Amino acid sequence: MAEAEPKIPGKLELFLGYAKIGLLGFGGVGPWSRHVIVEERKWLSERDYAEVLGLGQILPGPNVGNASVMIGRRFHGLAGSLIATSGLYIGPLCILILLSVLYDQFGTRPGVAPFMQGVAAAAAGMVIGTAIKMGQNLRPPPELILVGLLAVAGAAFLRLPLPLIVVVLAPLGIFLSLRRSWKRAP
Amino acid sequence: MTLLLQILLAFGTLSLLAIGGANAVLPEMHRLVVEVHGWMDDATFSQLFALAQAAPGPNILAASVMGWHIAGGAGMAMATIGMLLPAAILAYGMQGLTHRLRGNTWLKPAQFGLVPLAVGLIAGSGVIMAQAAGTNLLSFVIIAVSTIFVWRTKYSPLWVLAGGGALGLLLL
Repeated sequence: MAEAEPKIPGKLELFLGYAKIGLLGFGGVGPWSRHVIVEERKWLSERDYAEVLGLGQILPGPNVGNASVMIGRRFHGLAGSLIATSGLYIGPLCILILLSVLYDQFGTRPGVAPFMQGVAAAAAGMVIGTAIKMGQNLRPPPELILVGLLAVAGAAFLRLPLPLIVVVLAPLGIFLSLRRSWKRAP
Repeated sequence: MTLLLQILLAFGTLSLLAIGGANAVLPEMHRLVVEVHGWMDDATFSQLFALAQAAPGPNILAASVMGWHIAGGAGMAMATIGMLLPAAILAYGMQGLTHRLRGNTWLKPAQFGLVPLAVGLIAGSGVIMAQAAGTNLLSFVIIAVSTIFVWRTKYSPLWVLAGGGALGLLLL
């Protein structure tokens, strides 16, 4: 896949990019994080981004939040981590303070519930579409696609605890990926 | 032990258990906040979690809303710091580790081995969200259109969220 050379963001751009991810992240920040970092601002290639996200996934905490710490450090050290992370959380926190204050006063206004239902449905599609797009762009070998499908099945259909899925599938994925690279380069 | 310190410790513990993010620790969060500490009742807990999901930003910020409910601004600060800091320190160390190991030929393939897990869990949470949101025919149409739009185009996903909300307002 032909990809443009990744562009290293300055500190202000890192902050603004992450502020955008946080503020637009309705229904979860995952799709927005990828959209801004890979598609819109081209800080990382699809593969680099997916690898950072994979590490963020096996660590505790939200994977996008962990990715913000790692991506921030990669570009600007400790300052970068702080800039990216505060950018990600500061906007949503302000909105949550506002919502917490309004919560008691305006409980169930007519029109709010159907609107939120429509947004929730669109958000679900947005998350599924993002996963399909990443899978398509990354073109993993068949055995890794199988690991991905097992993760979908475990999380969505069997409803297994996520730590269990991670403990089983992370070593399996690493093993299969290493085995393939050993076979290619003896 | 003061209330604020208790909040900090409770959410700090949760932070280290949250492999897979907010939805993964939801049961444990409920146990600590409702059953162990008795900071709120069941109904309040669900409403606050829904509130955090409706707002933009990482869903882990549900912790912040709970902190606010328990002890106002200071409670929110303690819950947020507790939830974010331990995990962030680990992630910071992990980035340093991969940077030091970058010369090793096995690092890239090993890291790529985690990619299917990451992408699979994204797809999985999308399916879980779809199961919750798909209450009638129109919502399934919105889910399908939104999936195809985000998959096949490079336009901002904001369009489908706004469109979904507008359709919901008009038709649901």
